[in-house]
Amino acid sequence: MSSRIPLAYNPKVLELFKNPKNLGRMEDADVDAVAGSIACGDMIAIYLKIDKTSEKISAASFESYGCAANIAASSILTEMIKGKTLEEAWHVTWKEISDELGGLPSVKFHCGILAVGAMKRAIRSYYKERGKPSWLPEGLTPDEKHAVEEEKLIEILNRRIQRRMEAEQKHKPE
Amino acid sequence: MIYSDLTKDIENLLESHGTPKREVYLDSENSGLIFPEALDAMVKAYAVSGRGHPSITHRAGWESYELMFKSSVVVAEAINCKPDEIVYTHSGTEANNLAITGIAQASKKRKKIILSNIEHLSVVFPSERLQELGFVVVKVPVDREGFIDLEFLANQIDKDTLLVSVAPVNHEVGVIQDARAMVEVVRDRDEEVKIHLDACDALCKIRFDVKDLGIDLASFSSHKVYGPKGVGALYVREGIELTPIIRGQLSTQKLWAGLENIPGIAGFAKAVDLMHRNYGDYTSRMAGLRDKLIDEILGSIDHTLLNGPRGFKRSPDNVNISFLYCEGEALTLEMSLKGVYVSSGSACTSRILEPSHVLLALGRKYEEAHGSILMKTTPFHSESDIDYVVHCFPEAVKRIRSINPFKPGGK
Repeated sequence: MSSRIPLAYNPKVLELFKNPKNLGRMEDADVDAVAGSIACGDMIAIYLKIDKTSEKISAASFESYGCAANIAASSILTEMIKGKTLEEAWHVTWKEISDELGGLPSVKFHCGILAVGAMKRAIRSYYKERGKPSWLPEGLTPDEKHAVEEEKLIEILNRRIQRRMEAEQKHKPE
Repeated sequence: MIYSDLTKDIENLLESHGTPKREVYLDSENSGLIFPEALDAMVKAYAVSGRGHPSITHRAGWESYELMFKSSVVVAEAINCKPDEIVYTHSGTEANNLAITGIAQASKKRKKIILSNIEHLSVVFPSERLQELGFVVVKVPVDREGFIDLEFLANQIDKDTLLVSVAPVNHEVGVIQDARAMVEVVRDRDEEVKIHLDACDALCKIRFDVKDLGIDLASFSSHKVYGPKGVGALYVREGIELTPIIRGQLSTQKLWAGLENIPGIAGFAKAVDLMHRNYGDYTSRMAGLRDKLIDEILGSIDHTLLNGPRGFKRSPDNVNISFLYCEGEALTLEMSLKGVYVSSGSACTSRILEPSHVLLALGRKYEEAHGSILMKTTPFHSESDIDYVVHCFPEAVKRIRSINPFKPGGK
């Protein structure tokens, strides 16, 4: 068993970092969603254009604030879900993203999870006004929970810093 | 995964990256450039004068012993101590571990260790380990430029205080502490308290004289003065008691068992010698390039912040800039594709969610820390190198920002 920390990157990730597919805000998107936050150093926005009758994703794009693995994971996800129905897209897993990228190391799993989390938020938001289809679960899936947890954690950490700075200000004589 | 796969993966990754037409290496924080003269000294030592084990009774052993002692004389002269007050380790990290854990294990009564909250992890982690074993660890806050709160420090000194450990030059934001004032504050309260300075970034970058400062322990790292990797040193003032933390066959050093890295030590001494003899020339050149890099980046790119102080209270080599709306690891990679090698304090690089503890201690927000880029100028860089780096940044920052959903001026 090796104790070596595996390389975070491989040629596929590097290629998608250099030339990402489906990058950029989609002005005429039917739905979009963001997961993560700037403070986490990890944030993904997903934009979807959906054919109303077939409920197929006709176009998907992304924006990302994060490392190269984050950019590659978002990019590959938008490739994978293009042409799929929303139900099919819902069942895409972070593991499939990782496999498609040639295997992400454990330190970068969260990039795939966040991409899926953002996509699931977008799908939920699409059905918000249209009524929930039977295949869409009521409760949050693990990927969605992960995104929420990451967002909450950073709020806690930010408040902690704030408290510490305030305490130091009080301690300092004028 | 089997090792042959890994080798193939690394080869493929490098091939996919490609070899940039021009390269500028600015990551001396993590490791890097070496004086050619230091390399020559090592080659000679490996071939002849440093072959032997310095504690074995034969000519080759004595030659090694002589080379090691001559090296110690050079290092000792640069920091103003006796040659036998220097203990060689194999890294700055090991020197810091020896200082902190060694003095804690030798202490019979006192159990309190005081650090600043911007210390290197090789000071923080051994201290936190001691905390788990019953020691008390206090971290002194710093202000927004990184200067430690001397009044807070003074108030923390008590009869239980064993050690105060602070870096006179911070590795990440380059702040130069008033080490003399700090020593006085500590000694005024209690002369028994031991003082350790992690001087890895101070050696040959500022005037650093252990006798003049009156300190007890100081750590050094060879690669930070452009010597070889794999050599560290700890100054241990005569009479200071440490318990060794590495056990085994003793060679010439009581505090660090095992064979000394003789060729590495010879290379380290050569680098110290060059830096020491050319101190004024090198530091003023590095500071000139530092200021050029800072001014031109801040001047040409919006939403950038300098971390740490400006001017003579900043290490001559240190440039640390936060690029807002840019994630640091992505920017590091984008610059790498252009042949400019830098590092970042983002969480992605540290493999944990929290970004650099040093930047957070200075009151930087998470997003400011995630976008930080650390660069160090060296005596090997030219104006033209810095011009190239300044030329590359705007385009790289523009591309990384274009990927970000959160853009300057709000969404």
